[in-house]
Amino acid sequence: MKARVHVMLKNGVLDPQGEAVRHALGAMGFDQVEGVRQGKVIDLELADGATEADVTRMCEKLLANTVIERFEIELI
Amino acid sequence: MRAAVIVFPGSNCDRDLAVAFEQAGFSVDMVWHKDATLPEGIDIVGVPGGFSYGDYLRCGAIAAQSPICKALAAHTERGGYAVGICNGFQVLTETGILPGALLRNAGLKYICRTVGLKVETSDSAFTEGYNAGDVIGIPIAHHDGNYFADDEVLAELKDQDRIAFTYAENPNGSRDDIAGILSHNRRVLGMMPHPERAADSGHGGTDGTALFRALAGVLTPA
Repeated sequence: MKARVHVMLKNGVLDPQGEAVRHALGAMGFDQVEGVRQGKVIDLELADGATEADVTRMCEKLLANTVIERFEIELI
Repeated sequence: MRAAVIVFPGSNCDRDLAVAFEQAGFSVDMVWHKDATLPEGIDIVGVPGGFSYGDYLRCGAIAAQSPICKALAAHTERGGYAVGICNGFQVLTETGILPGALLRNAGLKYICRTVGLKVETSDSAFTEGYNAGDVIGIPIAHHDGNYFADDEVLAELKDQDRIAFTYAENPNGSRDDIAGILSHNRRVLGMMPHPERAADSGHGGTDGTALFRALAGVLTPA
């Protein structure tokens, strides 16, 4: 079993890296881009029997800092 | 008077911090991150700057899960003193010992220079050697020093006079110019600037000395 965890900065937390990417895209002529948020994707290979609740605990304890980040879990 | 300085793989201010403690009269034990206990009789724990675990995942995130950080959390819960500087501050927020988080600098650049730091409160063992309102020169050297906390936490920090230092001119986007904060019981300080790099005439400034001297004064057995 595999899980894919998406970690993104919460709305309202400034993302300077995303802003820099937005500026660069604008400078390249991609005027369509109105906002960029940059996050992380973490793939986990899990032993049989692991549950989404286990992955949630991993996210809360280590993979995301819930002060500034939110996470989504995708079982694949 | 005894201080413990934690050493993580990637710490690089551990020896400077030890020297600053020693100059103020402490004897210092260096403590490896894999140790599960702090030495007996420690008065304060220093969490040094550097790049613990290569800043992987998030600055301080892996260090916060190390065995010694469980001992550190137990020490602070018992009312023990601790100071985290730069990466050490990031470790203290990642462990939850101090509130908030340190984000990438708003300008995205690593900044390494001496900045003006305003002392916001002299009501702590760390800052009683200064007067509130003093502006001191202390070096910063960080890429992720942009302090973030939500409105509720910021209000609490202000109401409880727990903002220790602010930047005279905000270099990194920190909310409310915050450079250093105190715990509820005022016995844990986290700060991004490096007082241990302004603690010897050879450093080009000695404005950090008063912090270590004040600590020594408070922690000296009566």
